[in-house]
Amino acid sequence: MIPAAFEYARPTTVDEALQAIADGGEDVKILAGGQSLIPVMRLRLAAPETVVDLSRIEELRGVRDDGDALVIGAMTTHHDVLTDPLIAQHAPLIAAATETVADRQVRARGTFGGALAHADPAGDLPAVALALDAEFVIAGPGGRRTVPAADFFVDYLTTALEEGELLVEIRVPKLAGQWGMHYEKFNRVAQAWSIVAVAAVVRRDDGHIAEARIGLTNMGPTPLRARAAESALAGAEASAEAIAAAARSAAEGTSPSSDLNAQADYREHLAQVLTRRAVTAAAGL
Amino acid sequence: MTVTEEPAVTQAPPREVGRPRRRKEDARLITGRTTWTDNMVLPGMLHLAVVRSPVAHARITGIDVSAARSAPGVVAVFTGRDFADEQGSIPCAWPVTPDMVNPGHPSIAVETVNHVGEAVAVIVARSRTAAADAVELVDVDYDLLPVVLDMEQALADGADRVHDHIGSNESYRFVFDAGEAGTGADTEQAFADAEVVVSRRFVQQRLIPAFMEPRAVVVQPQGDNYTMWSATQVPHILRLMLAMITGVPEHKLRVVAPDVGGGFGGKLQVTPEEVLSLLVARRLGKPVKWAETRSESLMSAHHGRDQIQYIDIAADREGNVKGLRCRILADMGAYLRLVSPGVPVLGAFMFAGIYKFPAYRFDCSGVFTNKTPTDAYRGAGRPEATFAVERIMDELAVELGMDPLELRRKNWIRPEEFPFTTVAGLEYDSGNYDAATQQALELIGYDELRAEQQRRREANDPVQLGIGFSTFTEMCGLAPSRVLGSLSYGAGGWEHAAIRMLPTGKVEVVTGSSPHGQGHETAWSQLVADTLGVPFEDVEVLHGDTSVAPRGLDTYGSRSLVVGGAAVVRAAEKVIAKARKVAAHLLEASEEDLDYSGGTFSVRGTPGAGVSIQEIALATFAAHNFPEGVEPSIDADATFDPVNFSFPHGTHICAMEVDTETGMVKIRKYACVDDVGTIVNPLIVEGQVHGGLAQGIAQALYEEAVYDADGNLTTGTFVDYLVPSAADLPHFDTGNTVHEAPGNPIGAKGVGEAGCIASTPAVVNAALDAVRHLGVRDIRMPLTPERVWRALHDGGDGGDRATAGTNAYGGAQTETTAGVSTPQSALGGDR
Ligand SMILES: Cc1cc2nc3c(=O)[nH]c(=O)nc-3n(C[C@H](O)[C@H](O)[C@H](O)COP(=O)(O)OP(=O)(O)OC[C@H]3O[C@@H](n4cnc5c(N)ncnc54)[C@H](O)[C@@H]3O)c2cc1C
Repeated sequence: MIPAAFEYARPTTVDEALQAIADGGEDVKILAGGQSLIPVMRLRLAAPETVVDLSRIEELRGVRDDGDALVIGAMTTHHDVLTDPLIAQHAPLIAAATETVADRQVRARGTFGGALAHADPAGDLPAVALALDAEFVIAGPGGRRTVPAADFFVDYLTTALEEGELLVEIRVPKLAGQWGMHYEKFNRVAQAWSIVAVAAVVRRDDGHIAEARIGLTNMGPTPLRARAAESALAGAEASAEAIAAAARSAAEGTSPSSDLNAQADYREHLAQVLTRRAVTAAAGL
Repeated sequence: MTVTEEPAVTQAPPREVGRPRRRKEDARLITGRTTWTDNMVLPGMLHLAVVRSPVAHARITGIDVSAARSAPGVVAVFTGRDFADEQGSIPCAWPVTPDMVNPGHPSIAVETVNHVGEAVAVIVARSRTAAADAVELVDVDYDLLPVVLDMEQALADGADRVHDHIGSNESYRFVFDAGEAGTGADTEQAFADAEVVVSRRFVQQRLIPAFMEPRAVVVQPQGDNYTMWSATQVPHILRLMLAMITGVPEHKLRVVAPDVGGGFGGKLQVTPEEVLSLLVARRLGKPVKWAETRSESLMSAHHGRDQIQYIDIAADREGNVKGLRCRILADMGAYLRLVSPGVPVLGAFMFAGIYKFPAYRFDCSGVFTNKTPTDAYRGAGRPEATFAVERIMDELAVELGMDPLELRRKNWIRPEEFPFTTVAGLEYDSGNYDAATQQALELIGYDELRAEQQRRREANDPVQLGIGFSTFTEMCGLAPSRVLGSLSYGAGGWEHAAIRMLPTGKVEVVTGSSPHGQGHETAWSQLVADTLGVPFEDVEVLHGDTSVAPRGLDTYGSRSLVVGGAAVVRAAEKVIAKARKVAAHLLEASEEDLDYSGGTFSVRGTPGAGVSIQEIALATFAAHNFPEGVEPSIDADATFDPVNFSFPHGTHICAMEVDTETGMVKIRKYACVDDVGTIVNPLIVEGQVHGGLAQGIAQALYEEAVYDADGNLTTGTFVDYLVPSAADLPHFDTGNTVHEAPGNPIGAKGVGEAGCIASTPAVVNAALDAVRHLGVRDIRMPLTPERVWRALHDGGDGGDRATAGTNAYGGAQTETTAGVSTPQSALGGDR
């Protein structure tokens, strides 16, 4: 459990970090909280030439209000997300999901940006970012670009981040109107990843569900939106029956894996049950 | 030294036995201010790293170590060929039958590898890092052989074989037939005559002990002497066995188990790595250290359980049991380790549980597979037996339409029948099953739970409730040496203790029962404080070092207090007997006129004349004024060999919620009342019960070592091998009844394994009770949500799990096992 030797850089600004990445050679890894990267290195499944540690870059930490959006610095720890008043006010779904991540020790080190950049399909935050239509601000040698969540998650452990780039912050649009949110996680022991989880964001209007956004965790190599269920819910009555009916299509278009925790057909079943529960809770029923 | 007119201690100190003392040893253990083996640093020490096989079964056709040998910091690289002539075999101390086949267990593979994780080369380097780096540089060519994984297939005609040089995959067949032994009626006849027969196949999944402190070894050669520090449960057994294997004479070998962080049977072993460390240290003449990683530990330290049990029970329509027949396949893994074959045999006499079966037959085959060897794991044989009988009693109750508790009551041994000789020939010592059950029912609020269960059933609630029982007993206090002899075990079961009275009146207690987290220092201090009448704080307990505690048989099988503690009490009594002579001399009184109480001898009928044990200790040290012809020592030692086992028992009740939509099970309430005999320290007893429950519940709900079709352990990290934490376990309502064990001076029965043995069937019975009305007959352990859901929706027992590790953690399942890239070693990443 000792990583192979590597070069190490600890920049203090984003520009220095980009330089360090550019100078780092063939195989550079960015280190955020290290809660996913370090284990993989210790198991020698990754052996980067250079590790660029972002922990000293102050500008990447914290949550700020930017008018119509919240901006969460990539290096904001899970713990800081959980205790942030802006998140509690505008995006409680993020806090609800973050609370289910691992244990206290991991949450004290692991970061919001790291969890998204890692894009673990069993991770809880990618589906949340997808359900909230978050945007990812990426810095690279050629400047900054913004990628919508729908385009950020590309494949298993693969994102739109290109070599030499860095995730800087995540913009979460504030929601207008009467929204309810709920994260329904299904796992076997408290500190484990999701077998399946569902992030639901629901706007109610006059006894109806005006709009529902549903993010699915671990139902394929990337986080997914349950589009069929979302459209079945749009305009539907806010009733247990209507939600149950819509939830039956939650697994449409998914491609879950089969592993020790669950085989694909069971995951599909779970997606339906958990979607029903998540939407019901988010709709305040 | 003066004889005081007024004895210093006039009042007897409060009795220590029974006090919930906080454990003396905890502060240092919890804060790490102690010497764990891996903390040790010796001058010039070299570091070992083991290259392990990434394949389950293969012939080694070549090993190229040249790159590793020339890597920076590497001092030497050894392969099996280098040690072939001196490594002997890992010992198996328990040939359970005269014709048991032991294929031999090299510490490092020479020609073939037989399980993933088997050692194929060992790197010796100046730093741990250099050793780890060089592991990847060893290039091994493997010629793959067919992999044997399934026990039932392994015993079929024409099956592929794990070991070419032996005739089959069966190591032994151990039969105990009560009819033949004269302890019961003819089993076949009992079944032929029975009105009702219920047959089931139960699977005891493979578990991993998963002790907290990974294994570590340090060896220091000094001339032709060797000192080995090892995170072991069994320093004494280890010393003896290493001497026998390596030819280092026993008196030239000292083994030290410093503070050891848990074992659960997993460190009751002579490990390949201990042997290799000694061989390398001898070869190089340098101190060496090996410390394993967690993934190495999960993969290569011995596993536990792993049985297929075919259980038949016979009864009449009224629910009187008539016979029990157990056909067991026990997975040995690839090799026999220290007591691998004996584990099922430890259970062989316990399948009848607390019930009065007139007929009983146990028939067990030890089977080889290409997996990590199995051996002792908390309960060793008895959890397997308890599970089988407590599960089959429920199945019989269902068949008869009887209440499961009613059926048990009808058949269990009545309190007035103790001591009771069972159909397996064991003499159960004491207990009251009714009393424990009654108390447990009250603790859990039984009637209210049954009412709620009824309501949920009637309402067709998606969350159903079930209640499960386990009215268990177990066999503790290993063991009467004569009984072990009759079972062909390679050693006795006595335990040794010595007491040294220091000049200042402080007391050193030497125990041969080497602890690894159980709290011996506290409990032994309490025993000695009471017996000698000295303050608890004045007692120091020494253990674990064969040069300090030269005689002992260590800690396992809930034996320490019952056997080791008894030796301590006996030694203390001898100290008093010796001190009495000195006291008589000093007090100028006759021995018969002396009373001993509260640490002071006083003269009957002469108020005010007395001498304390501390004063006697000083007088003995000085020896200026000593009785004629008496040697100036009041130190004493004692060896205690029990005449019988002790039999703790108890009633465990689990209330379980089952979410029928997802299959998720959740323990609502858990209550247990254990009879462990005299309780020396209630806090320690409670702690042992809690820990045992956690492990027993973990077998029911969480843990399983899973191999894929190629023989890779896919539960290779704690991401996939699920060990529950406090957050995953319910509150435990615990209670005790106390029936003293007649077989030892303390009256204790042993508590180390009780919770682990009892709880598993209670949990499974509870889950089944919740969903049986929905058509579920059985669910295989662990009761993963998926299995429960499948049993509910597809029928069957939930079936096999997919073997791939989860994609979480970036797919980081298993450490790369060797420098060769095979599909098996390239785990993680692209799946
Ligand atoms: C025991 C345990 C349990 C866990 N349980 C859960 C769980 O239940 N749910 C869950 O969601 N997660 C869980 N995690 C993972 C945890 O959330 C991690 O914190 C997270 O996955 C990674 O965040 P990190 O800051 O530690 O990133 P790191 O490990 O430092 O990095 C992860 C990856 O992202 C890349 N990266 C990080 N930051 C950036 C950036 N700014 N720009 C570009 N690339 C970047 C790194 O190069 C690396 O490849 C668990 C972890 C552990 C150890």
